Amino acid sequence: MTPHWLIAPVLVPAILGPLMILWMRHDLLQQRVFGVIGSLLTLIVAIKLNVTAAGGEVIVYRLGNWPAPFGIVLMLDKLAALMLLLTGILAVIVQLYGIGSGWDRKGWHFHSLWMFQLMGINGAFMTGDAFNLFVFFEILLIASYGLMTHGGGPMRLRAGVQYIGYNLAGSALFLAALGTLYAVTGTLNMADMAERVAMMEPQDTALLRTGAVLLMLVFAIKAAIVPLHFWLPSTYANAPGPVAALFAIMSKVGIYAIIRFFTLVFPSDSIVETIATDLLLPAALITLILGQLGVLGTRSLTRLAAFAAIASIGTLVISIARFDVQGLTAGLYYMLHSTLAAAALFLVVDLVAARRGGDFWLRQRPAIRNTGLVSALFFATAIAVVGLPPLSGFLGKLLIIRATATDPWMAVIWTVILVTSVISLVGFGRAGSILFWKAHELDPEPGNDTDEGQRPVRGPIPTKLESDEPIQDVDDSAAPWLAFLAVGGLLACSVAMTIFAGPLTGYLQHMAEQLTQPELYYDSVLRMQEGSR
Amino acid sequence: MELLVASGIGACMAAGIYLILRLRTFAVVLGMTMITYAINTFLFATGRLVVNLPPILHDGDAAAYTDPLPQALVLTAIVISFGMTAVVVMMSLGAFIEGGDDHINMPPDDREMPPLKTIDDRPEEERA
Repeated sequence: MTPHWLIAPVLVPAILGPLMILWMRHDLLQQRVFGVIGSLLTLIVAIKLNVTAAGGEVIVYRLGNWPAPFGIVLMLDKLAALMLLLTGILAVIVQLYGIGSGWDRKGWHFHSLWMFQLMGINGAFMTGDAFNLFVFFEILLIASYGLMTHGGGPMRLRAGVQYIGYNLAGSALFLAALGTLYAVTGTLNMADMAERVAMMEPQDTALLRTGAVLLMLVFAIKAAIVPLHFWLPSTYANAPGPVAALFAIMSKVGIYAIIRFFTLVFPSDSIVETIATDLLLPAALITLILGQLGVLGTRSLTRLAAFAAIASIGTLVISIARFDVQGLTAGLYYMLHSTLAAAALFLVVDLVAARRGGDFWLRQRPAIRNTGLVSALFFATAIAVVGLPPLSGFLGKLLIIRATATDPWMAVIWTVILVTSVISLVGFGRAGSILFWKAHELDPEPGNDTDEGQRPVRGPIPTKLESDEPIQDVDDSAAPWLAFLAVGGLLACSVAMTIFAGPLTGYLQHMAEQLTQPELYYDSVLRMQEGSR
Repeated sequence: MELLVASGIGACMAAGIYLILRLRTFAVVLGMTMITYAINTFLFATGRLVVNLPPILHDGDAAAYTDPLPQALVLTAIVISFGMTAVVVMMSLGAFIEGGDDHINMPPDDREMPPLKTIDDRPEEERA
């Protein structure tokens, strides 16, 4: 008996999204209520699914009850359940920030696009079918195009065009990879494909290898691994703060797909060997170096956050690229940490920029409103992102360093991780001192956004954007306390990950062991079909 | 026939790649369309090229049929790429109207720090 709960993370947002457009398109309050309810529901279902998946089975949901290689399946293992949970936590917290900061009224359909985005992300984490993965990728990308350009403005739209162009090329590549793999294996079900790959003769694998490499390229585009990262900085830097924070999970979808495909379909002992994964480690090292240099070199606060996101991807992939239990455990821990930390960083950056009237350049300005609280949040987030104790970034890097201790590249990996940590420490220190310390050297000018008394007191904030209103303005913040609470919530998750690091890494180790036993997936998807529902 | 289809796909793809590397959005949109054509044809061909065979089993004769799955896939791909072309056209139009030109590259404002606006830069009536 398969619980029908498995489809809920896709179905709930899929129903609520259109409902919001059709039924409550002019009522922001209703959209907010239903949006938060939708995200909360996916979070609750994710918690329940984690309890289900913790038993160690791979639970398969056969859509329409068609038997496996013919019908599409969703499959839930520990990794998928954990990713759903991470998405749920991030979605709820960041959505509250979007409401609290007033971003959700700066354009149309913020909350329904949010739902479609969740639907795509959740679906991509659960699907057991390669073509279905493409479809869910498209759903999450289409929603992300809308969210990324939310609020409009020339810079955001132009960055949006670049983002769409890059990702359309990526989607075309994805289709080419799937077509190649289908032509060789004759199936699109991941477990079935894995079994056929295992049965293939070595001399027939030229096309299969091409397909595997193409697939790796596609996922590297989504994950923004150098040299396929060029879409990320201007996209994340120009996206609205809460949207950029949600995008922190989107690049992890690429990482998830790499883990899924290259443990299940093309494990390192399969016929394609490590042709697609060999390049992952050097690429990850360069990604890390480039990201941290970007953190140090940039003159824009939003780009600083974007480059920090790139660097975290690099660190993560260094560990994942080993594809053994230890490497995966460390990588998964760092994935949880870096998603939450990157999201918190984007939100803090948005808090700062909103308080400077939308000025996100790193330069001396008079002290901002709530400067004490904002600078404390920036400090804590920087600690988490850079990887200093006591927050979870430190433990994550420590786990990765321990996991790579026996690697032949050990010296290079350790040097790069440690040196780039110092570089990013300097980068964040520079940003923080320009933003918060040097600010006190200037007197608040009258009429500046720091001066609370100067602005005329407005009535209740209208739910629609007036045409002459600035896009980013702290006075629009419907509930600043909610925005602060959201950032605090993300940091609290990081603290919790530090406190419960022992049990968490134990669980992640079980997860990594499950991932390295693909037979479990073959049996669950293809053989345990009788009376499946 | 294989040679014809393969070279058609190759030519389409080459033209598409050349076009998406151009600096203006119009050429990039056209390039996207070309790439989509190439990929859709490629996807269609992954079920082997045959002539005059139905995509359904008839009398259990496995030789007299063509694989229906790529046709279903290509249908999905066509729908998605069609929608995406519309999205990219709308977005380019928005960027053109808001940004004033149709260049793909970000304008220099994206990298250069604009001068800080002080209270003296504001228009006359606001200063009063």
